[in-house]
Amino acid sequence: MSDPTRSPGPVAPVARVAPVAPIEQRVAAIESVLDDHGMAPGEFIVQAAHLVEEKWVPENGARVVARAWTDPAFRSRLLADGKAAVAELGFEMPRHHRHLVVLENTPAVHNVICCTLCSCTAFTIIGLPPDWYKDLEYRARVVRESRTVLKEMGLDLPADVEIRVWDTTADTRYMVLPMRPAHSAGWSEDELAAIVSRDAMIGVARL
Amino acid sequence: MDGIHDLGGKQGFGPVRHTVDAPAFHAAWEKRVNALYSLAVRLGVFNMDEYRHAIERMEPRHYLSASYYERSLTSLATLCVEKGLVTRDELERRARGEFPLALASANGRSNAPERERFRPGDRVRARADHVPGHVRMPAYIRGKTGVVVGESPAYPFPDAHAHGVDAADEPTYDVRFSSTDLWPSSADPAYVHVGVFQSYLERVEEPATSGA
Repeated sequence: MSDPTRSPGPVAPVARVAPVAPIEQRVAAIESVLDDHGMAPGEFIVQAAHLVEEKWVPENGARVVARAWTDPAFRSRLLADGKAAVAELGFEMPRHHRHLVVLENTPAVHNVICCTLCSCTAFTIIGLPPDWYKDLEYRARVVRESRTVLKEMGLDLPADVEIRVWDTTADTRYMVLPMRPAHSAGWSEDELAAIVSRDAMIGVARL
Repeated sequence: MDGIHDLGGKQGFGPVRHTVDAPAFHAAWEKRVNALYSLAVRLGVFNMDEYRHAIERMEPRHYLSASYYERSLTSLATLCVEKGLVTRDELERRARGEFPLALASANGRSNAPERERFRPGDRVRARADHVPGHVRMPAYIRGKTGVVVGESPAYPFPDAHAHGVDAADEPTYDVRFSSTDLWPSSADPAYVHVGVFQSYLERVEEPATSGA
């Protein structure tokens, strides 16, 4: 057990001597197993690439935010039942995401989301989580050192702003509704959507 | 389980490696892995709780040194072996080398026998449970008291769902804790909200001062 890459695994707790297979070979091996079982992994890989590159993108959440900024009734519905409100704009969430809680930033309150146990996010709405969101550093630190971490990431919040961290430990999903920048008065919904970033919907940036 | 994955509040980590417009994927194989595990979930080979738990069961040094998508791959492969889709020897023959897998699972558990419905404003304590199998309660709230701020629809109970144990679906509660209660004198002041399954919570009676 002195070599971490030689864990015994659930099947054969014996000393193993072969070198660890390169990652691409391991991926190909498991793909061939799914193929043997008639799961058509090759087709699904193509479909999934389309989903992650074109369907589950932060531009979805940006449209939701821009609508909330320009339509007070929609904003109320969004804050009351996020999943139903995003569905109005045609955005779906996976079956196991049964609830979307939208967290509104104000001059006095700043929200930020994380997943300390893994990487959970409302990925169909705000896009797949960026690499740093899944890294050990963000997961370990943001719940305990929120103000410090945000400052390190470029968001130096005034001392009187209350910070609210949301740890996605169940299947409820969260997104941050950023504050509308003062300089955007009179902008169209499209112009507003164009300035809403994934980082702002995670809560590590202000607009 | 009190696993290495349960990172919330762990100290000693350096700055977040943040970049603007950071990618979700860094290599083509990562996208393949992401597709393959979600295909297996869609086809019912395993569920999301089993998938998460097989990541948590990775040997800790492997967990910490593996990239995110290597952890995903390890979980997928472990579950395919455990579910009998392939033997480990055959998998390693095809991979032309060792294929490190996660360690064996402990037993799961069903819902807590005593559960109650909470409402926003209720004071609750995270039970001081020590669970050998899968659990979605981060250790940093164990035994800590907070306030319910929201309720979500009923979900499969992960401690059971990851292990094939029968259990009722149950609601989760968004519970607000104070960071300075969680880590006295060593946290930035903030509210920390955690999505907590009903089975992990017990009511904290208010002191009888209001007369209500």
